[in-house]
Amino acid sequence: MDSAQLIVTMLGLGLMGFVGWFFFLAPHQVAAAVSSGSGIQEVAITVKGGYSPNVVEVRQGQPVQLNFYRDEDNSCSEELLLPDFNIRRELAPFQTTSIEFLPQQAGTFIFTCGMGILRGQVVVR
Amino acid sequence: MKATYSAVSASSHSHPAPAAGPPASSGGITRTEVLQIEGMTCASCSNFVQRALTRTPGVTQATVNLASEKATVEFDPARIDSAGLKAAVEQAGYAVHDAVAPVTPGLLASDDELAARKAAAYQQLKRRFQVAVGLALVIMPLSMLMLWPALMSRISMPVLNYVLLLLTVPVLLYSGREFYVSAWNGLRHRTASMDTLIAVGTGAAFLYSLATTVVPDFFRQRGLVPEVYYDTTATIIALILLGKVLESRAKAQTSAAIKALIGLQAKTARLIRNGQEVDVPLEQVRPGDEVLVRPGEKVATDGIILAGHSALDESMLTGESLPVEKTAGDPVFGATLNKTGSFRFRVSKVGTDTMLARIVKLVEEAQGSRAPIQRLADQVSAVFVPVVMLVAIATFVVWFDVAAPAQRLPLALVNFVAVLIIACPCALGLATPTAIMVGTGKGAEYGVLIRNAEALEKAYRVNTVLLDKTGTITRGEPGVMDYVPAATAPADTLARLAALERQSEHPLAEAVVRYADEQRADRLEATGFQAHEGRGAAATVAGSEVLIGNRRLLTEQRVALPPELEQAAEELLRQARTVLYAAIDGQAVALLGVADTVRETSREAIRHLQAEGIEVVIMTGDNQQTAAAVAAQVGITRFFADVLPEGKAGKVKELQAEGRTVAMVGDGINDAPALAQADVGLAIGSGTDVAMEAAGITLMRSDLRGVVTAIDLSRQTIRTIRQNLFFAFLYNVLGIPLAAGVLYPFTGWLLSPMIAAGAMALSSVSVLTNSLRLRAFRPE
Repeated sequence: MDSAQLIVTMLGLGLMGFVGWFFFLAPHQVAAAVSSGSGIQEVAITVKGGYSPNVVEVRQGQPVQLNFYRDEDNSCSEELLLPDFNIRRELAPFQTTSIEFLPQQAGTFIFTCGMGILRGQVVVR
Repeated sequence: MKATYSAVSASSHSHPAPAAGPPASSGGITRTEVLQIEGMTCASCSNFVQRALTRTPGVTQATVNLASEKATVEFDPARIDSAGLKAAVEQAGYAVHDAVAPVTPGLLASDDELAARKAAAYQQLKRRFQVAVGLALVIMPLSMLMLWPALMSRISMPVLNYVLLLLTVPVLLYSGREFYVSAWNGLRHRTASMDTLIAVGTGAAFLYSLATTVVPDFFRQRGLVPEVYYDTTATIIALILLGKVLESRAKAQTSAAIKALIGLQAKTARLIRNGQEVDVPLEQVRPGDEVLVRPGEKVATDGIILAGHSALDESMLTGESLPVEKTAGDPVFGATLNKTGSFRFRVSKVGTDTMLARIVKLVEEAQGSRAPIQRLADQVSAVFVPVVMLVAIATFVVWFDVAAPAQRLPLALVNFVAVLIIACPCALGLATPTAIMVGTGKGAEYGVLIRNAEALEKAYRVNTVLLDKTGTITRGEPGVMDYVPAATAPADTLARLAALERQSEHPLAEAVVRYADEQRADRLEATGFQAHEGRGAAATVAGSEVLIGNRRLLTEQRVALPPELEQAAEELLRQARTVLYAAIDGQAVALLGVADTVRETSREAIRHLQAEGIEVVIMTGDNQQTAAAVAAQVGITRFFADVLPEGKAGKVKELQAEGRTVAMVGDGINDAPALAQADVGLAIGSGTDVAMEAAGITLMRSDLRGVVTAIDLSRQTIRTIRQNLFFAFLYNVLGIPLAAGVLYPFTGWLLSPMIAAGAMALSSVSVLTNSLRLRAFRPE
């Protein structure tokens, strides 16, 4: 193994470690819902190549309104799925789409894009 | 989808309906209104608008949401109105977008704006694809010039490379821009999508080519040929965009059913106000209004017929192809089509309460639900992209380490790119939901409403169907099955009996009248009608005393039964018929055997289910004899008789204990526990009056063939999903190692990144197309 191979191998392994950490282990952006005057827990989520924040904390038993602002027209994010609440909604580009549901049970519920690649979680406490 | 207005307690927007506006009051009652604000770009803008609104006299509270561009304002309607609020916002330097959203809360909105934006996005995608193809068609032949050495000797290699670079840059920056932007945005959220793979793959090929173009000597000094991969870069982008164009066309068709349903609703209604006919937009129609419907017109909304009669085509809601006769007192439903007569009806439901809206909601929810079958695919897609990136890096390292020094960098690079490009998480993600969407939409078309994907999946595995007898197999109304006249009976016996029974309102009497009408018996007049409570009735017809009722009535009236009728009665009783005895002037003249009639379609449906290997079992509250008779009529061997309503769920359990997957078919009201206990509950409704939320699957008409349709549809849908998942998994499982070059040591095969791009573009389209095949589903 010459030096170039050694360098490439080391760099490659390092990069693999970084990729693994970056996607699987690094902490996620968490946001807690803010209750409006009318008792609805609102969270604004920006959709741009992913969801930010992608972990949303809400309280059990109170209606939740997730306001998805889709800041792109990339077709990957055109649909939003919240399967545990039977929700499939199209998000209009550069617009806010509100999604409402009532979390009756505590737990973690996934929301994803139409193809299940972009992901976020609603954590009901 | 437009922003909804759920947080509004008494929203008025710019309400055009005179009837709906609450009366202005000053007794401290506040009203809440939502304003759509335009022009806010940052948090300070929204704070500014909020302050401006709060300081406006009459406003008690205002909150402005930047993300949704909405201001929720609570105000005293006596001191300020919508126009005043609008003025306050405009004074602050922002615009108020007049609410174009439907004003009746929850009226079905076909979102034209969303459709327009989608159309624009599609046009743009197509343009980007066209540019990519146009340039790739130039870049490809130019890159192949080296195949003709004679030509190459006249062209300077560096110049050619710069020309190629110049041609490739627009493909990257215009056509492929979305991939890079999206990948970058994703990385900021620690998310990787298909775009990330394409961006990294094409980016690596491009950057390497850029380096060999700009500093070729650096490579030559290290014994490498400074090759460029502009053709690879451009072709990959063009092919992926082709895939996206095809995919977006196909995807639009998966939700076509919902759009078609929403498109069914009427736009206007002809109200009768103060004796005048006025056409008003549907949004202004309120419960209690009176609506006139002429032949050929669409019924505007749900209601009850006040006067007139007609035949209505309800196929769009129930799948029933024959028009349904309706008259005063009958319910009519929005979106159905009036065929023959005119009628007036009183509106009972509008907006989201209507049958159409409930169907749409049910289908929408089903399409948003998750099928258990996709769990594995879900788990895989969650980690798919990062894992592919790890595989790609490993591929690069291994090739670099094992290939010959002069070849190792290009081989490592090409295989690295091929792995990234061939991987297709989309096919995996699209496999299940697209089939569910097409399947549930198709069901709605035939009056089979599937509540969620899980119900569909369970229906697939059903091997036993348990039918609740009354109202499903039979009509639930008695019919005359046998007419046995005595030898001495006068020719017009049936006509005389019908004349008497016409005066009665007993269901058995109606059955006799119906039978007589079917037999085209003459119509006679009856006088002196007299009901014998619980036994029968008597009257004078054509001058003679006519009597009809049960055995007790005959005995009481001292009418003897001749032996021939006695024998016939025994025979009828053995067949579980209810027997009616008739006498004229004290002489027994005829017997009528009455039974609940089996629907013509039931037998056909049951035969169909049995042919598909499904055992059909009947359950009924009737006695053993009746149950056996009905079972025999429809060709069923197993039945449960004398089942009490509370024992129905137990029978379901009994079948399940035999290891069967049971579908229970019932009316959804009396047998809710049994429907819930079954693996799949099918609620069958008469007309459109059905408890839709009671069961996994709702059949919109009382026709057992709906059960066949539901099971066939579920079988086809799940089969499609399995094919899709199999294909998507196989594609990735074979494609990725192939692209990584695992076959190279044995066969010398390497996958060109361009072929990888073509495969990837076609893979998700294949899955979509396979799902769309379900649109051809027809009930047998």
